[in-house]
Amino acid sequence: MKIHVTDQSGVEHELEGLDGWRTMEVIRDWGLNIKAECGGACSCATCHVYVEDGWFDKLPPPSDDEEDLLYSTLDKKPNSRLSCQILLSDELDGMRVTLAPSAAKDSEAA
Amino acid sequence: MSQNEIVTDVVIIGAGPVGLFAVFELGLLDIKCHLIDILDRPGGQCAELYPEKPIYDIPAFPMVTGQGLTDNLMQQIAPFGPEFHFNRMVTKLEKLEDGSFRLETDADEVFLCKAVVVAAGGGSFQPKRPPVEGIEEYENKSVFYAVRKMDDFRDQDVVIVGGGDSALDWTLNLQPIVRSLTLVHRRDAFKAAPASVNKMKELVMEGKISFLLGQIGKLEGKDGQIDHVHITMDSGDLAVPATRLLPFFGLTMKLGPVADWGLELNDNLITVDTEKFQSSIPGIFAIGDINHYPGKLKLILSGFHEAALMAQAAKAIVSPGERVVFQYTTSSTKLQKKLGVV
Repeated sequence: MKIHVTDQSGVEHELEGLDGWRTMEVIRDWGLNIKAECGGACSCATCHVYVEDGWFDKLPPPSDDEEDLLYSTLDKKPNSRLSCQILLSDELDGMRVTLAPSAAKDSEAA
Repeated sequence: MSQNEIVTDVVIIGAGPVGLFAVFELGLLDIKCHLIDILDRPGGQCAELYPEKPIYDIPAFPMVTGQGLTDNLMQQIAPFGPEFHFNRMVTKLEKLEDGSFRLETDADEVFLCKAVVVAAGGGSFQPKRPPVEGIEEYENKSVFYAVRKMDDFRDQDVVIVGGGDSALDWTLNLQPIVRSLTLVHRRDAFKAAPASVNKMKELVMEGKISFLLGQIGKLEGKDGQIDHVHITMDSGDLAVPATRLLPFFGLTMKLGPVADWGLELNDNLITVDTEKFQSSIPGIFAIGDINHYPGKLKLILSGFHEAALMAQAAKAIVSPGERVVFQYTTSSTKLQKKLGVV
């Protein structure tokens, strides 16, 4: 399966994803600019992505923890999610997301 | 400048799990350690980001929480009497002519030591700036991310934002001395000690504080002094009179001053060798998540291994010429004496 990730400089990457992986793990594994400082524990907000129309609604709703963290970012949008909370499945084959500025490594915008 | 000078064998920067275990490995070799950490307690990420979350990949622990791991490490290193310096950041690190090291902290202390161990994980924890335009101009004047002096809040109109322990604790601690206090959180559920939540609710019932369900919006004021904080609620926007704002949006990690110490870095990680876990400056070691070498895995167990090898190399620096005999804790009476078990 594939996911399409646009990085902070606007470059689109087609990444091979694996069923059962977290989207954050795929993005990190391919070396894109994602901080993911807590390693997927839903405890920071540094794997923040925007999920494109048509895909956002396919995702299970965020937990209260995830919502709290999203509200702590400067660049939250209505289609914001933490990519560590998006578990890949065949249903999400082809999903398109964009890395938020606040997901960048050592970003000031976290 | 009145500086407090501390002389020791080794200074460990970072009191997360790997820094703590370094005390054990160095202690077995009779090396005395001081630890410096920006948090107010040991445990690093384990204590700050996921104290209650289970960890499943610590050898011999099928499951342990971040806090449980920290507590166990504290117990394990207690015989070596490590000295902790919390709530400070190492701002300066320099190698002196005689090969020893001098560190400065933002708490106006100086440490002199023979070797330095950087176990700083993802860097130093810094408060997250809330998503409010122009908040910078009020910071440290009327907007604070921590309470350093309670007196700064006496007779003030205080707004506290957040739903965790920091927000709740300061609501309870400041309430008796402020003029007014408003707690703001975006939902009616708190991630804080239930006793604190109950006390806060009592204060609301008694009319001693206000609670608003909403989010922080824009700030009004001038010359760094706020006068109103706008709160966005379902029912609309409310301008709350305020002279002090305390936003508690959690912490995030920044590499911080580590970048300025002249160490060779690789993508913000300290390059080390895999024999000694020594950086590009002899005598400065880096272990745990902050280091980089081919094949590195950011696992706590990797950091433990790195601590053991680092300790052997640090020993040669702290006690030059002394022969080190490799020993096991199971069989060495000498080691057992150090651990206080015989």
